[in-house]
Amino acid sequence: MTQERAIPATESTPLDLDAIYRESRLPEALEALDRDLVGLAPVKRRVSEIAALLIVEKLRRSIGMQAEPPPLHMSFTGNPGTGKTTVAMRMAAILHGLGYVRKGQLVAVTREDLVGQFIGHTAPKTKEVLKRAMGGVLFIDEAYYLYRPENERDYGQESIEILLQVMENQRDDLVVIFAGYKDRMDTFFASNPGMASRVAHHVDFPDYGEDELFAIAEVMLERMQYTLSADAAAALREYIALRKAQPHFANARSIRNALDRARLRQANRLVAQRGTPLSRAALSEIEAADIRASRVFNAAVAS
Amino acid sequence: MRVTQGTFSFLPDLTDQQIRAQIEYCLGNGWAVSVEYTDDAHPRNIYWDMYGAPMFDIRDAAGVMAEVDACRKTFPQHYIKVNAFDSTHGWESLKLSFIVNRPANEPGFALDRQEAAGRMIRYTTRPYATGRPEGERY
Repeated sequence: MTQERAIPATESTPLDLDAIYRESRLPEALEALDRDLVGLAPVKRRVSEIAALLIVEKLRRSIGMQAEPPPLHMSFTGNPGTGKTTVAMRMAAILHGLGYVRKGQLVAVTREDLVGQFIGHTAPKTKEVLKRAMGGVLFIDEAYYLYRPENERDYGQESIEILLQVMENQRDDLVVIFAGYKDRMDTFFASNPGMASRVAHHVDFPDYGEDELFAIAEVMLERMQYTLSADAAAALREYIALRKAQPHFANARSIRNALDRARLRQANRLVAQRGTPLSRAALSEIEAADIRASRVFNAAVAS
Repeated sequence: MRVTQGTFSFLPDLTDQQIRAQIEYCLGNGWAVSVEYTDDAHPRNIYWDMYGAPMFDIRDAAGVMAEVDACRKTFPQHYIKVNAFDSTHGWESLKLSFIVNRPANEPGFALDRQEAAGRMIRYTTRPYATGRPEGERY
């Protein structure tokens, strides 16, 4: 089931990089990445760099220059809600388009899915997950939890060893992406040198700026078929600035939660006003009051 | 005597690449693949032992092949077969089942005759291997 075609090439035959580029559906994938994700310029640049490497590597392979598959395991670091899972999904599609993974599914797991509760439970559990991920991408969220140096009897180490073995021996079968906070992932890699040397691409996800968060909110609302009134837009901008300064801010995820709560308040408001005629526009419009009722504004006043 | 049961059993043994292609076909049809083993390959023995649970959410044959290899490593001298179960309403049964491992030496079957009332004779087949206890047969 290999797609490699032997193209008889001499030194002078021009190689068709363009054909591979078009065949791989890469332009569409990169464009979708650019369109659907706000900001994240450095991430997008890294992804297209990796994609370029893969394409050239594929062309080299097609003329038999070097059969060794390029290292593909990656690490995505960044704060919560910066789009690591979303980019991983796109990455799976890109790798699938280029034929580096056969099926292109993304299996997202955390420590609980890999590490067992008692002796002898970890290996089957990890192997089970690896079997599901074969032919696709295994996305390990908060991967640093796998390694717990404070407890020397922790079963995480066993899971790491199985992962390492598969990452090394079955490079054709699956790609592993580790994700988590930057500083804790750095410690994780520092304490697992074997792991660090097998992860080729490190992609760092920056936090979003306020304007980017607002743009994300607009995209989310559009998908949910809601609109913001002019006042509400101003209120949302204020909200973002206040929320960002508060603890446990999770970038896009916090924005999503804020919008979900605004929807709840809007629905409450509409139900409370029943009896008055309701227009189509009113059903989709979020008012400033729906956003200003948030606890975030109270906290700002209180402090 | 070579045991012939299941699909492809009159063909030469499948290579790993061919097994992988067959599994790929099963997964492509959305069938759940499982691995079973036994050392009592009597044709009427339908109760083989399961090697692990059936694999329901596997996308690629590499996952199943890992299981087949693990089973071969554990039971190198057993019969091992790969089954594909179709859960479609109305089918709900095995669609494909083929042997992927067999003992190096297959002694075959004995034919026993039992003289019954009158001049009637009853026949039964008995694998030579089952004379020994489980696990020591091949």
